[in-house]
Amino acid sequence: MIPKSGPKATTRRGALTTLAGGVAAAGLPLWARYSHAQTAAPIKIGFQVHRTGIGAAYGRWYDRTTQAAVKLINEGGGINGRMVEIIAEDDGTDPKRGAEVVEKFTNQHGCDIGFGTLFSHVVIGSAPRAGELKLPYFVVSEGHHVASGKLNRYTLQPGITDVKSQVQAMAPYVASTLGKKVTMIFPDFAFGHDHRDFFTAAMQAQGGEVLEQIAIPPAETSFTKYFPKIPRETEVLYHVMVGPAVLTFVKELGEFFGGQGPALFGFIDSLEAVAIDSPGLEFLENSYFWEGMCRNAQPGQSAHETAYRAAVGVNEQGASLSDPKDVATYAHMFGCWETLHVVKAGMEASGYAGPQDRAKLIEAVEAMTDIPESLAHPQGAKLFNGRTHQVFGHQNISQVRGGQLVRVHTTSIEDTLYPDEVDYTTQAF
Amino acid sequence: MRVYALHAGLIVLLFALHFLLPAYHHGNLARVMVLASYAIGYNILFGYTGLLSLGHALFFAAGLYGMGLGIQHLGLAPAPAFLLGLVAGAVVSGGLALLALRTSGVAFMIVTLMFAQAGYLTLLYFGTYTRGDEGFVIAQASRALWGIDLSDPGNRYLAALILFGTCLLLSLWLVRTPFGRVLVAIRENEERVRMLGYDTFAHKLAAMVISGTIAAAAGAGYGLLFGYAGATFASVQYSIFPLLWVLLGGAGTVLGPFVGTLFMFYLIDLSSGITTAYMLIAGVVLVALTLFAPQGLMGEVRRRLWKGLP
Repeated sequence: MIPKSGPKATTRRGALTTLAGGVAAAGLPLWARYSHAQTAAPIKIGFQVHRTGIGAAYGRWYDRTTQAAVKLINEGGGINGRMVEIIAEDDGTDPKRGAEVVEKFTNQHGCDIGFGTLFSHVVIGSAPRAGELKLPYFVVSEGHHVASGKLNRYTLQPGITDVKSQVQAMAPYVASTLGKKVTMIFPDFAFGHDHRDFFTAAMQAQGGEVLEQIAIPPAETSFTKYFPKIPRETEVLYHVMVGPAVLTFVKELGEFFGGQGPALFGFIDSLEAVAIDSPGLEFLENSYFWEGMCRNAQPGQSAHETAYRAAVGVNEQGASLSDPKDVATYAHMFGCWETLHVVKAGMEASGYAGPQDRAKLIEAVEAMTDIPESLAHPQGAKLFNGRTHQVFGHQNISQVRGGQLVRVHTTSIEDTLYPDEVDYTTQAF
Repeated sequence: MRVYALHAGLIVLLFALHFLLPAYHHGNLARVMVLASYAIGYNILFGYTGLLSLGHALFFAAGLYGMGLGIQHLGLAPAPAFLLGLVAGAVVSGGLALLALRTSGVAFMIVTLMFAQAGYLTLLYFGTYTRGDEGFVIAQASRALWGIDLSDPGNRYLAALILFGTCLLLSLWLVRTPFGRVLVAIRENEERVRMLGYDTFAHKLAAMVISGTIAAAAGAGYGLLFGYAGATFASVQYSIFPLLWVLLGGAGTVLGPFVGTLFMFYLIDLSSGITTAYMLIAGVVLVALTLFAPQGLMGEVRRRLWKGLP
């Protein structure tokens, strides 16, 4: 059927009027978007997350902590009145993919900053690209790479302390309480070498000595053959094994000494996301661990930490509220929470409005010094060094008692300080 | 003639894309070209000579560290450092060839894998100089080649194109020379080639050194263009990657390594935008390709469309 009344004949004036109206209508959403850009568009934070690869257990908890922090920030009105949007990309815990992800954040997603990387090799592989792309890159790695001056002005670590300050701060307690003659066992790669170098120097400064440094090759699966190298007069055994073989390591160490050996001191990095009462870890009873933040809720836990623990969904044992077998990487993951709050403070101080203000944001963070304990910083007060782009804070030492990690010492911030090795503020943007 | 037009056409196309692509894909393509150069090196040994190596990461890392350590510890300028990377790749691949070529088949795979693993552990062991698994940054200031800053996106793309174009044309030329024909003949029937009077050991040795040196060029290029050297690049997965790229793109085709690398890069990149289980998508696509295009993408083109494709 053809309709009887066809369309009216088109006049030139009619066509022009319609066209003009159409153009205006089509353009309207663009104007609207433009006028809102300063206020309503979300702040995009590119989150470089280790979802696969060796860092996956950490990545899962870094992700949860990040989501919880963003929820809190958005509930409080966001940053400069804008909501925060997390754009997460898996880097496979691989430095090549890490660099690609940084490019994706900048050139594809249009992120305001990059954030959240943990493993040092991914940080070091990605940081040059972040610097070249002028993307503020907030890492949560605890590596000494930022403060050592290896990276660039766009890379900062304001939410977690670095391994050099952590290790150095352990020496006074170890020397005064556990013993002055130490033997170190560490994996024979960069992470272990950092511990070896920093702790040996720190012990000497305390009048102690490191009797023997036992490096374990990375592919090793059995450790008994290394234990006879531990000198008889050793008072403290310092161990920082990481990776899948760590349970075997602890078990074989326990069998070797049969409860008669030297005091054990380790870094909880070995046992993050692992229940301390796992079968085979009984030998750790009475041994000591460094903890950035104490996994087990301690007596007199601050209200800030209680709120933080609830927000990230972790129970008093340091495991997930929904699955008590899912142990958190509690000693480290606060770094994501605190870093995001530093970003918020920096953006608010600099009046950050968009990527054109990235340099202002970095300058605002560089200007930070004392950071008091608060809900934004539940791990404790911090001291930020704008020249080295590194934050310093209290460290905890806990002892395993009855399968619980009980805090026995908290260091001062002064214990963790060391002379500057770089001044990033002298670098041009 | 058609053959040269096709390959030169790709290089011209890539040059044109330099002016057309948005920043993100422009950066990706620069990286893909460097990695495709690595795959081209791998293809000479695997695709044309029929030797399946599981240790090419050793050669890539030899180039990467030859260049990187040259800059870091010897204070070399980028050009001599790049050359040092090439020399390191040639020496390491020559040395490994002398040992590994005494074996064949599965034993060759195992020997190359083991030596690459030994190389990886050596990098960790000498962490004082190499910074082991953590690696080190190659500073922007030491990446200026004759005054050209290689960290600039435009310069980086063009440098990657020069590296890739050189490797591509070299590979095309090589496989069409009598030497290249002998390599293909070795792949098809080594006994017969030997019977015809060719020194197959010398040919395989040369193929491995050429292959290793191209891989090293890619490694040195990667470090110079992207500013990082780390032991991850010497790990076993970086030996598997070029095998995967070459198989996908088409082993024994000159364009295959590039096509495979590009395909794999965007497969991961796009699927990771859809789901966090992107490895599953990648895996299913790879299985499907293996089922329906067992000779790889360019291998299918050769089978169906253009029998003479080199």
